Amino acid sequence: MKNAIKKANSQGRKAVIPYITAGFPNTKRFWYELKEIDEAGADIIEIGVPFSDPVSDGPVIEKASADAIAHGVSLKWILEGLKERKGLYDAKLVLMGYLNPFMQYGYNQLAEDASDAGISGFIIPDQILEESVEIREAFATKGLTLITLVGPNTSLERMKEYAPYSEGFIYVASVLGTTGHNDQDIAALSKTMVEAREAFADTPLSIGFGLQRPEQLNSLPSYAHPDAAVLGTSLLLHIESGKPVIDFLSPWTHPAN
Amino acid sequence: MKTLDGKPRPGYFGEFGGRYVAEVLLPPLVELEKAIEQIMPTPEFQDRYADLLTNYCGRETPVFYCDILSEQLGFDLYLKREDLLHTGAHKINNAIGQALLAKMMGKKNIIAETGAGQHGVATATAAAKFGLGCTIFMGAKDVERQAPNVQRMKLLGATVVPVTYGTGTLKAAINQALRFWITCQEDTLYVFGTAAGPHPFPTLVRDLQKVIGTEARRQMVERTGSLPDIVVAAVGGGSNAIGMLYPFIEDKEVKLVGVEAGGTGEPGCMTSASLNLGRPGVVHGELTMLLQDENGQIDDSGSISAGLDYPGVGPEHAYLHSIGRVNYEVAYDDQAIDAFQRLTRFEGIIPALESSHALAWVFNHVDEIPAGSKVLVNLSGRGDKDLNHAMKYINLK
Repeated sequence: MKNAIKKANSQGRKAVIPYITAGFPNTKRFWYELKEIDEAGADIIEIGVPFSDPVSDGPVIEKASADAIAHGVSLKWILEGLKERKGLYDAKLVLMGYLNPFMQYGYNQLAEDASDAGISGFIIPDQILEESVEIREAFATKGLTLITLVGPNTSLERMKEYAPYSEGFIYVASVLGTTGHNDQDIAALSKTMVEAREAFADTPLSIGFGLQRPEQLNSLPSYAHPDAAVLGTSLLLHIESGKPVIDFLSPWTHPAN
Repeated sequence: MKTLDGKPRPGYFGEFGGRYVAEVLLPPLVELEKAIEQIMPTPEFQDRYADLLTNYCGRETPVFYCDILSEQLGFDLYLKREDLLHTGAHKINNAIGQALLAKMMGKKNIIAETGAGQHGVATATAAAKFGLGCTIFMGAKDVERQAPNVQRMKLLGATVVPVTYGTGTLKAAINQALRFWITCQEDTLYVFGTAAGPHPFPTLVRDLQKVIGTEARRQMVERTGSLPDIVVAAVGGGSNAIGMLYPFIEDKEVKLVGVEAGGTGEPGCMTSASLNLGRPGVVHGELTMLLQDENGQIDDSGSISAGLDYPGVGPEHAYLHSIGRVNYEVAYDDQAIDAFQRLTRFEGIIPALESSHALAWVFNHVDEIPAGSKVLVNLSGRGDKDLNHAMKYINLK
C-alpha cells in the first residue's frame, strides 16, 4: 500500500483512498460502484464492513451500514464476493470495520479468507494499540496490514508508541468527531500532521473525515499536506444521488495541471 | 493475557473488560483514570462525597424485613431500600460521585446515557447541584415509556436528546453519547451510568456503588447476627448488582444471584439476558457477554423494564459468571409484573420494574429456598416512574 501511495505522489498528486460501505447503495449496485471507483483511478479502496453500532461514524455511514445489514450483508458475503472477483481491481483493498464482526469470524479464519480474497489490510476504529495483540498475530501470518489511526488529540509520544507497529499508511482523523464531520481546525490539523511526520518517518499519511474536494487541502500549509486523502461520506452521498463515481473522483485522481 | 511487547492492558476481569475504543477516545479515558487515582483518594473528595451521600442522597438506606411476605414464603425476606434514595434509585450513588469528580477535574459539562431515565435524572440532579451543563442521551422508545423522568430531567436544566436509531433504547443512547463525547472531551466528562463500557468505567462505577453491599452486609450482621444466605439483584448493565454483590464475593457461604430480564419468554423473543443467552464480543468499549447474531451484529434487546433493556452486561459480571461465583438467572416480563404487584399489595412498597425482576426470582424459587433462609434483595429503585407502563400491561392481562 505504501508503494501505491508513493506511485501516486510521484505523479504529482495525492493518493486517493475512497471509502464505500459494502452493499451500498444496494447489494447488486455495490459491485458495479466498486469497479467504477477502481476504474476512476483509486489507489486504495476502503470497503466498509457494516456493524450495528458504528460509534466512530456519522449519520450517513451509520445509515449505509444499517441498510447493508438489513439487506443481509455480512463479512462472509464481502469476502466471498471479493474472492470471486479477485484480480479484477487495480487498487489495493482494505476492509474497514469494527472489531466484533472480525472477532466473531475468528481471527485466523479471517486472515486466511482475507488473504484469499485479495485484501491487503484492515482499519479497525475501535481498537487501540494495546488491545490489538491477538489480531496482529493472526494478520502477521498472512502479511496483512493493520492500519494505524491517530487524531488531533493523539500526542507525539503516543504516535511514537504506534510507530514500530505501523505500516502501509497512517490514517489521520482530521477532527475530533465522527466521519462526515468537516469543521477543520487548520492549526490543530497542521500540528498533528507535523507530529505524525516526525513519529512515522516515511510511512505515508492520509487525512480522513470530511473531505470532498481537493481544494479543501489547500488551506493546509504545504509542510502539513498528507500523502493521501480518504473520501468517505461525501462519496456515499454522491453515489446515493445517482451521479457517476468518476465525476466525484476525477478531480482527485486526475487533478488539472 | 497476551500483551504487545509488555504494554499493559488495564481494566480486565479475567478475559473480559479492556478498553476497545477509538484512539481519539483514549485521552479522556486516561485523564479520567488519572483523576480517579489523584483526586478521589483526597480528603477534599472523600469528605464532600460522604457528606453528599449522607445529607443529600439520604444514605445509609435501611434494610427492611418484609414480615408479611416472609410469612407467606417460609423464609426471611429483607430488602435493601435503595428506592428511598434521592431521585428514587441507586443511580445517584454513582452520578453524584462522578459529577463531583468532574467538578474537581475542572470540567464544565457532563453527559450521560439513560435507559429507564433514572441515571439521566440522577446525572441531571448532580449537574444542577454542581452548576454543570448537562446533556442526556435517551432512546426515543424510552423517552416515551419513561415520560415522567424526561420531564424531571428538563426541569433540572438538562438537555434531553432522543435517539431514534435502532430500536431507540439504551444501546443507541450509549452510541450517541460516545460519539458526542469524542467531540467535546476537553471540557466534558461522560458520566457512565452502569458498571460497563471501557476501562475505567466498570471499576469506577462499581467502586461508587459498592456502598450498597457494604452497608447491607453490616446491617444484616448487626440485625440478624449473621450474613444472609442468598443475595439477589437485577442485572441489566449491572451497576446495582455489582454494588450489592461485590462486598459479598469473598463470603463463600453466601449464594449470590443476578437476575437478567428474559423479555416476554416466548420462543425467539427479544431479551436482555446476555449472560444466559449471549457470547463474548466487543461493543461500547468492552469485551463482554453480548446478545449478537452469527455475524457479530449486536441484537436489539427487549424487556418490560427499560433499565434492564440492554444487549450487553458489565465485564465484571461476565467474569463472575465465567467462574461461577454468581448464579445468573432469568425472570420474564409477566413474572416481574406479578412481583411488582405483590410487593406493592403486601408490603406497601412500589418497586421499580428492574428490582421487580430480582423479587420475581425469589418468588419463583420458593420451593428451592430452604425454610428459614435469609434472603436479601436489592430494591434498587422505586416504581413511580413505571406506573403508566405497568398499568397498561396489567390492564391488558
